[in-house]
Amino acid sequence: MAAALDATPFNFVAIVMLVSMGAGLLGSLLGLGGGLILIPVLTLVLKVDIRYAVGASIVSVIATSSGAAAAYVRDGLANLRVAMFLELATVAGALTGAMLAGMVSGRALYLLFGAVMAYSALAMLRKLRDDDAPREEPPPDALADRLALHGSYYDASTEREVTYRVHRPLAGLGLMYVAGTVSGLLGIGSGALKVPAMDLAMGLPIKVSTATSNFMIGVTAAASAGIYFARGDIDPFIAGPVCVGVTLGAFAGSRYLTKLKSGSLRMLFVAVLLWVSFEMLSKGVHG
Amino acid sequence: MSLQAPESRPPPDTTTAVHPVVHPVVHPAVHPETIPLTPELLISQLLRGGVLLSMSLVTCGMVMTFFRHPDYFSSPDALQRLTSPDSAPHRLPDVFEGVMAVRGQSFVMAGLLVMITVPVLRVALSLGIFRAQRDRTFAAITTGVLALLLLAFLLGGVE
Repeated sequence: MAAALDATPFNFVAIVMLVSMGAGLLGSLLGLGGGLILIPVLTLVLKVDIRYAVGASIVSVIATSSGAAAAYVRDGLANLRVAMFLELATVAGALTGAMLAGMVSGRALYLLFGAVMAYSALAMLRKLRDDDAPREEPPPDALADRLALHGSYYDASTEREVTYRVHRPLAGLGLMYVAGTVSGLLGIGSGALKVPAMDLAMGLPIKVSTATSNFMIGVTAAASAGIYFARGDIDPFIAGPVCVGVTLGAFAGSRYLTKLKSGSLRMLFVAVLLWVSFEMLSKGVHG
Repeated sequence: MSLQAPESRPPPDTTTAVHPVVHPVVHPAVHPETIPLTPELLISQLLRGGVLLSMSLVTCGMVMTFFRHPDYFSSPDALQRLTSPDSAPHRLPDVFEGVMAVRGQSFVMAGLLVMITVPVLRVALSLGIFRAQRDRTFAAITTGVLALLLLAFLLGGVE
């Protein structure tokens, strides 16, 4: 309900679309889907019911993913094989999460959301120094070799081709199941968990992690979107402008990822996570 | 929408690359000579096409809604009605019916449904690509992902 906001439908659509553009821009760079920014703005500022905020956020995740991944896949930044392998776990998790969603209270959702963000932020911050330094060779991994998960990409900020080797794919798979469950529960792409899982556990470069996360979150979200749609949680008046705004933002953002310095990207990621984590935790604590 | 490959990549086989969005599954039996495909390009074009279609439907729907209801530019009360529970079609037949009746919000919903379908189509296209590459492991993995996705949609339909 938008009871507390004295806006006309037109103003509402305009505001939602503008915010969504920002969400799509940031989300496409960070591999996050726009839910991180959209859910707080929709619920806290525009007073939209959390149900519809989550429904709109699911749409935003898919729009960010497909909009940005079109470029990331073409440019070879997103690792298609890693993505498909991990999607097994994220989709299974998303199913689990969407089934559980009706049973968890709004306040618990906020607390869980906040805790997840805070954890991710701190874990990512610890790796800040490694980014633009030459990469250490990880120990060989038989499964990653057999699945041919390794890859390379062209980094426009350093003007170098970066080759990388993947390790611990099973650890990644486990974390992705958790990430999928969280995204089913909260209506976010949970790139907040996917990016650290690929970055910390599997040894992917940060840009490949965010681009691959971006590519994956659409599939995870689509798994829960069907359920949200059937439940009537996707309101076209809210989700429509979100869809358009986020897509435009993601198109724009996807042009800049390869030009961004990896260290700056990581700082941006951590900062956004910390901010949202704080917002959500306080919402959970104060009700 | 341009289907030309960047110069650094091998040129795509025209028989499979002309309509990647319409015919996403490439059967190896029909085109054994298409390897290597440019899977990246095919998937990229599918994503772009789907997103653009969805965006056009949603934009049309939004314009129609405001065209039909000029009071939406001035009345705060209407907003409360629009964002209140159960104001929107949320079953496929309702959406279809609304689109036939040229209702703006149903057009928006149709666009949103297209958006939701794009990742599923992407997985289906990947399955076709892995099969064309005779990559059994990844064809199996992708089949698993697709099965889980379809299960999710079925469960959504049941609720």
